Amino acid sequence: MTEDALIRLEDVHKAFDGVGVLNGVTLDIHGGETLCVIGESGCGKSVLLKHVIGLMYPDRGRVLFDGSDLARLSGKEMVEVRTHFGMVFQGGALFDSLTVGENVAFPLREHTDLDDEAIRERVHEKLSLVGLSGAQEKRPAELSGGMQKRVALARAIALEPRVVLYDEPTTGLDPIMADVINELIIRAHDALKTTSIVVTHDMVSAGKVADRIAMLHGGRIIIDGSPEEIQNTDNPIVRQFVEGQAGDRIEQLSHMGDNP
Amino acid sequence: MKNLLADIGRGCIGAVSGLGRVTDFAGRILYWSFTSLPQRRILMPLMHEVGVRSVPVVLATGTFMGMVLAVQMYSQLHRLGAENAAGMIINISMVKELGPVLAAVILAGRVGGAMAAELGTMRVTEQVDALTAMGANPVRYLVVPRFLATLLLTPILTIFSDAIGVVGGWVVSTQALRIDSFFYWQNTREILERWDIWVGIFKSFFFGGLIGIIACYKGFTCGRGAEGVGRATTMAFVATFISILVSNFFLAVLFRHIYNHFIGVTAVR
Repeated sequence: MTEDALIRLEDVHKAFDGVGVLNGVTLDIHGGETLCVIGESGCGKSVLLKHVIGLMYPDRGRVLFDGSDLARLSGKEMVEVRTHFGMVFQGGALFDSLTVGENVAFPLREHTDLDDEAIRERVHEKLSLVGLSGAQEKRPAELSGGMQKRVALARAIALEPRVVLYDEPTTGLDPIMADVINELIIRAHDALKTTSIVVTHDMVSAGKVADRIAMLHGGRIIIDGSPEEIQNTDNPIVRQFVEGQAGDRIEQLSHMGDNP
Repeated sequence: MKNLLADIGRGCIGAVSGLGRVTDFAGRILYWSFTSLPQRRILMPLMHEVGVRSVPVVLATGTFMGMVLAVQMYSQLHRLGAENAAGMIINISMVKELGPVLAAVILAGRVGGAMAAELGTMRVTEQVDALTAMGANPVRYLVVPRFLATLLLTPILTIFSDAIGVVGGWVVSTQALRIDSFFYWQNTREILERWDIWVGIFKSFFFGGLIGIIACYKGFTCGRGAEGVGRATTMAFVATFISILVSNFFLAVLFRHIYNHFIGVTAVR
């Protein structure tokens, strides 16, 4: 662990109904880098991400942002911390009852004193960045999956946050749209100089956007290094994941039965 | 035997902790209701959904409830030769009990279920998490407007239900059953006090608050997937319906004591 981490997870444990999902995760995220957290479906990647933004709190261990333990912050302080974050949820999580423009404007109305004209300009700017400047008046239900993710990205960066979290940003998209999302992640990172944490099981995406990759397995980080290091590792679990081979997983899953 | 005791114990702990969670939720709703009023653009569409769109069904049920009361009262009172008392019984029943309970039950089904489903869907599609992640308080933003809409509009719908029920009862009693209109109203005036009307309206405030709190709580705590949303919707209606009936009994007892203590003891009440 290093002293200059913007976000630090220290020995984070989290269990649901007695089943441990995170079993001592320790991870540093430095300002300006793009970290990809990879791992099998259901291994706890999204749970880890939700700890970073205080949507979940550890049973044991600490999550620090800028040196502050999130669990010790007051409600008001937590709101202030969250203004430094943007999050792109797996399904987009756009508000059905609002238009695309209103969705992107939401954090601006909530946390800034900008007037309507300034908000309109900011919304237009962010939607243009993701190539959806003409979709302001549409409802989320009218958009395709890829468009919803792009709107979610525009909303996440509306406040120009220091950190953007991506939860499975390319899941469920065709390869071309997945690559569009990858490009947008890179573009948003470069334009806003953000720190990004991308949770994914898509190795193509991880290889393209990441400065660093960490793999979560069995509730712990089993490897943490550059994309090249991950690609060339001898660790059999990582190799199996990177190469996308089932190996003996079917037998293992059968043995797990009702307790995956 | 040991297992039975353990199950009972678990059930009791579950019930008490559940009650604690609902109370905590209600406390947060009240806190935000008093400290931060919702924006007009959020509140007005909900008011329209809860209030305006419930008017037809409230009027229809109120009308027929008043009319069926008239038919039933007449057939019983006719045997005693006391048909003229029908107005008194119909009107006091509508204003004190049936109007508030009926309007609340209709809203619990029509609005409470929809609220639980809407918030439940927002929960499972991570929209509630998205709100929190953006530094907005989901209770303040999503729950308080719905709570205020049911709290403020249930009494108004109750007044509609009371009024149309009274009219329905009067029409059937005087036009179909030939009860004298003068005695119909005369008897009502003698027995129905302003207090009775206020009791009905106060109860409807209480029921409105219950609908908002329970429906939103069930939506907020719904389980995963479509099944979770469906179950939350059903539970919202069942829990609200039972709470309305149970609290109606205790409120009736409470108001009877208040009346006797502060306003005066009468032989009828």
